[in-house]
Amino acid sequence: MEDLTPEDISQILNTSKLMKGISERDVKKAPTLRGKTIINMFAEPSTRTRTSFEIAGKRLSADVINISTSGSSMSKGESLKDMVANLEAMRPDLIVVRHKSDGAPAMISRWTNCTVVNAGDGRHEHPTQSLLDMMTILESKRKLEGLNVVIFGDIKNSRVARSNMIGMKKMGMNITVCGPKTMLPLYVEEMADNVTTSLADAVVGADVIMALRIQTERLEKAKFPNAREYSRLFGLTLSHLKKAKHNAIVLHPGPINQGIEISPEVVEGQWSVVLDQVTNGVAVRMATLYLLLGAGLQKTE
Amino acid sequence: MDDLLIKNGRLIDPANSMDAKMDILVSKDKIVTIAPKISAKAKTTIDANKLWVTPGLIDIHVHFREPGYEYKETIESGSKSAAAGGFTSVVAMANTNPVNDCAQVTEFILEKANNTAVINVHTVGAVTKGIKGEALAEIGEMAKAGVVALSDDGKCLMNPGLLRDAMEYASMFDLVILEHAEDQSLCGKWSINEGRTSNRLGLVGAPAAGEDSIIARDITLSKYLNIPIHFCHVSTAGSVDLIRQAKKQGVLVTAEATPHHFTLTEDAVGSYDTNCKMAPPLRSKSDVTAIIGGLMDGTIDCIATDHAPHNVVEKEVEFDCAAFGIVGLETAVPLAMSLVNDGHMKPSDLIGSLSSKPAKTLNLSGGSLDIGSQADITIIDPELEWIVEPSKFATKGRNTPFGGKRMRGRAVVTIVKGRVVYKFNGKDIDSDE
Repeated sequence: MEDLTPEDISQILNTSKLMKGISERDVKKAPTLRGKTIINMFAEPSTRTRTSFEIAGKRLSADVINISTSGSSMSKGESLKDMVANLEAMRPDLIVVRHKSDGAPAMISRWTNCTVVNAGDGRHEHPTQSLLDMMTILESKRKLEGLNVVIFGDIKNSRVARSNMIGMKKMGMNITVCGPKTMLPLYVEEMADNVTTSLADAVVGADVIMALRIQTERLEKAKFPNAREYSRLFGLTLSHLKKAKHNAIVLHPGPINQGIEISPEVVEGQWSVVLDQVTNGVAVRMATLYLLLGAGLQKTE
Repeated sequence: MDDLLIKNGRLIDPANSMDAKMDILVSKDKIVTIAPKISAKAKTTIDANKLWVTPGLIDIHVHFREPGYEYKETIESGSKSAAAGGFTSVVAMANTNPVNDCAQVTEFILEKANNTAVINVHTVGAVTKGIKGEALAEIGEMAKAGVVALSDDGKCLMNPGLLRDAMEYASMFDLVILEHAEDQSLCGKWSINEGRTSNRLGLVGAPAAGEDSIIARDITLSKYLNIPIHFCHVSTAGSVDLIRQAKKQGVLVTAEATPHHFTLTEDAVGSYDTNCKMAPPLRSKSDVTAIIGGLMDGTIDCIATDHAPHNVVEKEVEFDCAAFGIVGLETAVPLAMSLVNDGHMKPSDLIGSLSSKPAKTLNLSGGSLDIGSQADITIIDPELEWIVEPSKFATKGRNTPFGGKRMRGRAVVTIVKGRVVYKFNGKDIDSDE
């Protein structure tokens, strides 16, 4: 999201709205990207993002190929650079990259002439997630500017938090981040409008509440005593929602650890837009692929 | 007839408080005369008009990779890189494969140096077996074989009890320990400095406190035992403050800083440039300012490069997988000269931090232009402008963040034991008779 201007973001969100229409049709297919080849290169486990990108590409009639760690040379000791060179030799038009290393998509875009889309890199960014989050908020609130959004959980290690802090700031949203002190990076106050370690304080007057997944796979050592204490201090419950605006919505990038960062009643309630996020994910990715391939824009995001 | 005459140069010899226009006459491998005007004839005469004539520069921190990683560097290629950078003596670190933790490896390295190196190559021995931080290496045997100091560089000595034993034991052989200050528990599996850049890039950051805390611990031990310790590649403002205070109290600590740590900040990492990944990492602007301040007031004794060549395949990978370190020998002089050009240091103080002070820190011969001493001499053109072209480096490493950068100043002639071992090809300044 760092490289996008507010105008870029608006353009993608407007295009996404149009793309969503294709997914609502009986015949969910448009010929826009016919003859284009997209490689989904997923060097980190992912179900929803990979599927979302795959469906997005196929709905636009592109040929989509998936490569993942288990079924590729990434596990055979070949370097990433060599692998990219080999993929490029097969003349794809676009490579979607999910990687556990921060910056891998940026590096790959330097090593190849084809367009690269970041589908989440390490702790760095997850731009299409941020875009789908904003699309979902926009659908519900009809605007982004001036809304109070609370992002809570592992701010330090979350690429979703990072992309949203950058993207939502560009769109004029008022951002509050909340999490245990061990999960807030240094200088976090420069990245958000408000910073607090109290979820009860954070949610007061909120329009949008975004829970983050506690990513056990990214935690080298315990940043909190145990899941029970974490859920008591930083788990979103119905009582929190009473302090937020009456029409507040709750987002979660998934997969959800129910009962840890968010209680089951909150996930099931009318304020939850978690499944809208998944639906909109396809639309945002269709828009991204369309704008980069169909409309001839060449850039990495 | 004598062998070498260097005329008309500005002779800067801090150890002898000399900074004046002097000629210098070399016979065989020794300096025989230094005088304002020498009329003797020599086989080779170098006109050093407008150039600095200094003691051969000494770098007490390089990685020459032999034995074990000859594809990255050899003692021969490393020594040629040193000569091209104006260095006549270097101290190679012990993290080879096998690790230099016993007399056999030390003997191998010194014999290779003797047979293949164009400059004086010294070596440190490891403090602990295999640089594992568990048991003492054969320090006494290595001392006998000729190591000049001890270091587990690349890894911090995390066990303070073991460090105490090592300091006490090493002191019997007058060997100082060179500490790589990095608290592994505080720092974790880091890639760059912890700060705004690590926030922007998502990379795991090493906190400055991870260096400061080890320096504080080691100063405490050094003071308690009254045994010296030397700090490698100091990179934080906190470290500089701690060392300054310790020196004021008379604690026997010395320190070095690298050119990259007083030149670049973490901003240089840009969009994941792995040539800006090194240990310790590039820090913030205030740290850079503090390092320069430390060099100015003598808190930091030496400039050392931490020359760390790697093959391109170890750098053109994901940032968190990329090898730590950059090559430094061939860019050190101009980067150091910028401290003079920017008005931070006098030429004689700068040359001192590259010659007499490193010699004193590790008790090495050289570092001064004494009559009768071995003729290790560096001639520097302080005004020469040139562009860094990694493909033309003498080192096998191409891993530098300074590729394409315009530099001012460089070593143009390097003389070891009275022999010219390097001459900058862009300049024809000698005349054979």
